Amino acid sequence: MSNNGRMKVAILGSGNIGTDLLMKTLRSDSLECTRFIGRDLSSKGITKAKELGIKVSDKSIDEILENPDCCQLVFDATSARDHLHHWSLLKETDKIVIDMTPSKAGKMIIPAINLDDAVSCRNVNMISCGGQASIPLAYTLTEVCSGIEYIEVVSSIASRSAGPATRINIDEYIENTEEGLDAFCRCRRFKTILILNPAEPCIDMQATISAKMKKPDIEKIRDAVSRMEKKIQSYVPGYTIIVPPVYENNRVVIMVRVRGLGDYLPSYAGNLDIINCAAIATAEMYADQIRNGLLNLSKARTI
Amino acid sequence: MNDILIIDSTLRDGNHATRHQLNKEQISNYAAAAEAAAVPVVIVGHGNGLGASSLQVGEALLSDQEMIAAARENLGNSKLGVFMIPGFATINKDLSRAIEAGVEVVFASSHCTEADTTQRHIGYVKEKGKTAYGNLMMIHMASKERLIEECLKMQSYGADGVILMDSSGAFLPNDVAERITALVNAADIPIGFHAHNNLGMAVANSIAAAEAGATILDCCVRGFGAGAGNAMLEIVVAVLNKMGYRTGIDLYKVLDLSDIVKNELAEVAKGVDPICIVSGLAGVFSGFAKHVERVAMQYGVDPRDIFFELGRRKVVAGQEDMIVEVAIDLADKKRKAEQKQLR
Repeated sequence: MSNNGRMKVAILGSGNIGTDLLMKTLRSDSLECTRFIGRDLSSKGITKAKELGIKVSDKSIDEILENPDCCQLVFDATSARDHLHHWSLLKETDKIVIDMTPSKAGKMIIPAINLDDAVSCRNVNMISCGGQASIPLAYTLTEVCSGIEYIEVVSSIASRSAGPATRINIDEYIENTEEGLDAFCRCRRFKTILILNPAEPCIDMQATISAKMKKPDIEKIRDAVSRMEKKIQSYVPGYTIIVPPVYENNRVVIMVRVRGLGDYLPSYAGNLDIINCAAIATAEMYADQIRNGLLNLSKARTI
Repeated sequence: MNDILIIDSTLRDGNHATRHQLNKEQISNYAAAAEAAAVPVVIVGHGNGLGASSLQVGEALLSDQEMIAAARENLGNSKLGVFMIPGFATINKDLSRAIEAGVEVVFASSHCTEADTTQRHIGYVKEKGKTAYGNLMMIHMASKERLIEECLKMQSYGADGVILMDSSGAFLPNDVAERITALVNAADIPIGFHAHNNLGMAVANSIAAAEAGATILDCCVRGFGAGAGNAMLEIVVAVLNKMGYRTGIDLYKVLDLSDIVKNELAEVAKGVDPICIVSGLAGVFSGFAKHVERVAMQYGVDPRDIFFELGRRKVVAGQEDMIVEVAIDLADKKRKAEQKQLR
C-alpha cells in the first residue's frame, strides 16, 4: 500500500482502454496509479498522463520488472499476444494482473456474477466489452428459466469507439465473448455478433440478448433482470435496460444501453466504459482485501 | 468492348427472400444449371454470409457446410464463392472450414466505412491462394471521398477487386456512375457493383456502373434477393450483350436458369413490394423488410413508420434488433397520443 492507504497500480498500454482506466483510478478511493506505461512518450495517452502528473514510462514491461516496488497490481491493456509475454514474466513476481485483452490466460471475471472467484487468482480476465454487458443478463435468464435452447448476443458500438486493436481483433472479440457465455451460462449453443455503426452523432453502445425458449414466465424474468441491472449499476452507472424482457418470435429479447462516464472517450463509448468499470471494481476488491489483511498473494493461484 | 465479370448471388441474396430456407435440392439444381450456363462465379450461403444464421437475421435451414457441399458437387468451371461479414463470421469458426470445403472466391464485406475490419480475412484468403474481393455495403451512407479511402484500404490488404453494394437500393444511375468513376480512377484493381431494386433502378444502375468503368456486376436470377430483390441477372446479361459487352454467359441457358428459379425456388420476387419502396427511400438495408412486417404486425404499428424511423437512426446492415426497439417506441407514442385524445 502507498502511504495514503491506496493500492498502487500500474497501467500497461497507453491506448484508449489504458487512458480511460487511468482516469478512473483518479476517481477511486482505494487505487493510486503509480505508473502509466507505453512504448512511445509522445503518444496521446502518455501526454494526457503527464498533464495529470502521473509518472510515465516508455519501457513497457521492463519498467515494472526493474522497479518491482512501483505497484501491487498491473492492468494489462496491450494486446492478447503481448499479454501472454507479460504474464510469463509477471507470474514470477507477486503482482496481481487484470488482463483487459482477449488472451484467455486468466480466470474470467464478471463482477456482478463471480467477483469472489478473483480472490484466489493472480491473473483475471475481463472477457470483452460485449461480454461484460450481456453475459450477466444471459446468466440471469439461464438461472431463472429452464429449457433455453440457444442464446444470442448482438452488440452495436459506435465506430469511433473501436480503436485499431479492436478492429484487427474482431475475431478474438467474438470467440472470447462466446467462451464467456459458455463459461457462465447453462445453455449449449451461443452466438455473438458485433456491429460497428459509424452514424454521427455517435450511437451509444447497445446489446441485445435473445434466448430461444418456450413459454417463459416473463414476470419472473423481469424481476430477476431488474435485480441484475441494479447490481451492475453499482459499478457501471450508465447501464440501463431499454427494452425489458419481451417474448417475440419464440424468443425472449432484452436490450440494454451502456452510456460511459465520459472519462476519456465521450459517453457514447459505453463499450470502453463497462469493461473498465468491471476492471476497476475488481481492482478495488483486491485493494479492500489487502487493506483488511485477507489476501494472501503467495497462496493465490497463478492461473 | 470490355469484358464484364458476372457474379451470381442468387443462392446467397436469394436466401433472404426465402427467410434462409433454401434446401439442398434447390441449391444443387440451381448450381448445376448455372454451371451449364457458364456463369463465372456462383455464391452460396445464408443471406448475410458465413456464420450469419441467427435469431438476429434469420436461422438458415441448412448449415454453411451443407450449402457449400451442395453447390460444390455441381460446379466445375463456374467458381464457388462465399460471402462473409467480420463481426458475424470468424476465420477459425467459418472461413477456414469454407476454404477446406472447396470455396474458391471469398467476398469479405463490411459497412462502407469499416473496411479495416476485413484486413485479416482478406489476408487469410490470399494466404490460402484463393481469390478475395472486398465488398463495401450500404454505400449511400458515405461520401465519395470516404468510399475511395475505404476501397484503397481493401486494395492494400490484397483484395482482387472491390464491389460497391447499394444495399438499400437507394441510388439512382447518376449516383452510381459518380461513385464508380471515382473508384475506377483511384484504384488499381477491378471495381464492381451490386444493386438492389427498391426504386426499380437495379438494372439501370448496374448498366450505369458498367458504363462508368465497373468490370464486375453482382446480380441475381429473377432478381431473387433481399427485400425488393437485386438486378435481374438474365436482363443484365441480355442488355450487356446488346451493348456489345462480353460476359461469357450463354444467353439461352441463362434464360433457362430463370425458369428454374421460377419453378423451383419457393418465393420468387413478385415485383417490388410497396414496403421495399419505403426501405429504399429511407435508406435502410433491403433485408429488413420481412422482419419489419412481422414486428409491425405484432406491435400494431405502420411498417412504413418503422422504416423511416430506422432511416433517421442510421442503422446499418446487421442491426435487425433495432426494429423491435423502434416498434416498441412507436407503439408507446401511439398509445400516449390515443390516451391524450380520450382525455
